[in-house]
Amino acid sequence: MALIEVKQLEKIYNNGEVETPALRGVSFNIEEGEFTSIMGPSGSGKSTLLHILGFLDKPTKGEYRFDGKTFNDYSPDEIARIRNKKMGFVFQSFNLLPRTSVLENVKLPLIYSGIKESLWDDMALRAIESVGLSHRIDHFPSQLSGGEQQRAAIARALVNNPQVMFADEPTGNLDSRSGGQIMELIEELNNKGHTIILITHETYTAEFSKRIITLKDGLIESDQIVVNRRISKEHFIK
Amino acid sequence: MTLKYGIKTAINGLKTNKSRSLLTILGIVIGVMAIIIMMSLGEGAKQLIVGQIQSIGPKTITISPGRRAKGPANILSTFSDSLKEKDLEALKKKENVPHLSEAMPIVFGSATAVYENETYQPGILGLTEFFSKMFNLYPSQGRVFTEDEVKSYANVAIIGSKVKKELFGNEEAVGQKIKIKNRNFRVIGVFPEKGQVSSLSFDNAIIIPYTTAQRYIFGIKYFNSIIVEADDEKNVNQTAEDITNTLRTSHNITDPDKDDFSVQTQVQAMEMINAILNVQTAFLTAIAAISLIVGGIGIMNIMMVSVSERTHEIGLRKAIGATDKDILNQFLLEAVLLTVIGGIIGIALGAFFSFIGALILTKFTALQWTFTFPVFAAILGIAVSAATGLIFGIYPARNAALKNPIEALRYE
Repeated sequence: MALIEVKQLEKIYNNGEVETPALRGVSFNIEEGEFTSIMGPSGSGKSTLLHILGFLDKPTKGEYRFDGKTFNDYSPDEIARIRNKKMGFVFQSFNLLPRTSVLENVKLPLIYSGIKESLWDDMALRAIESVGLSHRIDHFPSQLSGGEQQRAAIARALVNNPQVMFADEPTGNLDSRSGGQIMELIEELNNKGHTIILITHETYTAEFSKRIITLKDGLIESDQIVVNRRISKEHFIK
Repeated sequence: MTLKYGIKTAINGLKTNKSRSLLTILGIVIGVMAIIIMMSLGEGAKQLIVGQIQSIGPKTITISPGRRAKGPANILSTFSDSLKEKDLEALKKKENVPHLSEAMPIVFGSATAVYENETYQPGILGLTEFFSKMFNLYPSQGRVFTEDEVKSYANVAIIGSKVKKELFGNEEAVGQKIKIKNRNFRVIGVFPEKGQVSSLSFDNAIIIPYTTAQRYIFGIKYFNSIIVEADDEKNVNQTAEDITNTLRTSHNITDPDKDDFSVQTQVQAMEMINAILNVQTAFLTAIAAISLIVGGIGIMNIMMVSVSERTHEIGLRKAIGATDKDILNQFLLEAVLLTVIGGIIGIALGAFFSFIGALILTKFTALQWTFTFPVFAAILGIAVSAATGLIFGIYPARNAALKNPIEALRYE
């Protein structure tokens, strides 16, 4: 059984009388350990797809199974718990809490996890170490560079050791150098066994992944294995 | 989310907007402060009055002429002249009122007193020698008049401290002759300062035998009231009943509604004053509570702003696993924390101003005002402010909890 199963997924936004289809029948599976990019121009439906995959939104038609179960199999509280324990989110704009240290930001998912408070520090420190930010734990987001902020956000996404990490344009707000470093970090995390689903509109960024699903107008245009993967340490130029 | 972490988060949230938080709780501070002041002053007034009444003693019963006023129309009946010497005689008979230990008539009014070139207008109280024991009031110089002096219409007077000061200054007063209504009286005693019992102040009074007062000073044949003391506290109610029956017989009254006198025990008097003060305090406190409502609306307003400002944060928290309840609790806790802090400040300020008020009252009036910190009011203040936070915080917190995480994250 695949970790993520998508079958004939449709999403139609209903704005009063106007119906706007965002997804018009999308199907694919993603196995554990994969590193998949979902590509497409703006308006292609990739953000909508990510929201559905992250249990932040419900499909209009079709079926999405995460770990064998659909959105409707869970209560709202169970959905929150799955987002907390099994999924990690990385956003384009980092979304760190201002005036809150890196350590406290990384701890945030633990607050809602039900894990004993005495374990929080250890878990957070380990996640921070894995993104190479141990020297910045007491800094506020405003004291960090964009790349460092995104590292902190990735540490936050990893702290509960989720089954899958969703990254929504993680390099979109970064210069090419920091962007490259972030992609190297994500690649490294995948090498350690994390399942990663990356949303991007840049071919260059997508080529770090093992597989690219290209969307256009709410449909899959192509779904292929990346033959010439960009490998770590190669200099990153936009 | 644990409560400890919730409180920590709430404190952080409030710290972010320190001055805004402070201004917001001002309404709560003022509301709780007003409640504390009202309740503290109310309690102080009660203790003062109850203390004064108790100083006369729980065994005493007051008989007043006229029906007990039941409305404005009855006020005139206070001036009734229904209590006479024959009533006093009847009351003193053992078969009528068996548990009566003392009965003292009171006659009062005011008249001009003259000593050499000094003139003064004090209150004149006509009593029996028993007043000293009943009011626990003894002259600091000289003596009290005797039973014989009362019976023989003696022209003797005991003067209050203020009267002494006005007429004699620093001169010796005992043994001197003063003129009251052109009649010569010998001063036989002087009261110490602050001789105050119930609402009567003796500083500004001259006490003479009631017989003399009736015949020579006021020219009346009735009493302004009679004070009776029962032999034991447990017989007070029985005695009050006996007195009522005796006076009805003496006045030929068969219909209780036509009583031309009223009998009141100290306990009844205290209960009545307590009831009046309680109503007054409750009324003033209710007015003070209105500012709490206004304060609560302020809290609601600022929480709405806070929720809107932090839409992004709410979206993020939800995306990483906060349930609706977690978000609701976070904002509710913040509102409650805000109002409880306001409540604590309000209690402290209220206690402070009540204390200052008590000091001023003691200093500038003759009242023996004691500052009381109403613990009940403090607990009420905390509870009410917490409740204000809950009531006015629930709507903004619900707004926050029901936000769609996608919309919230997109919100800039």
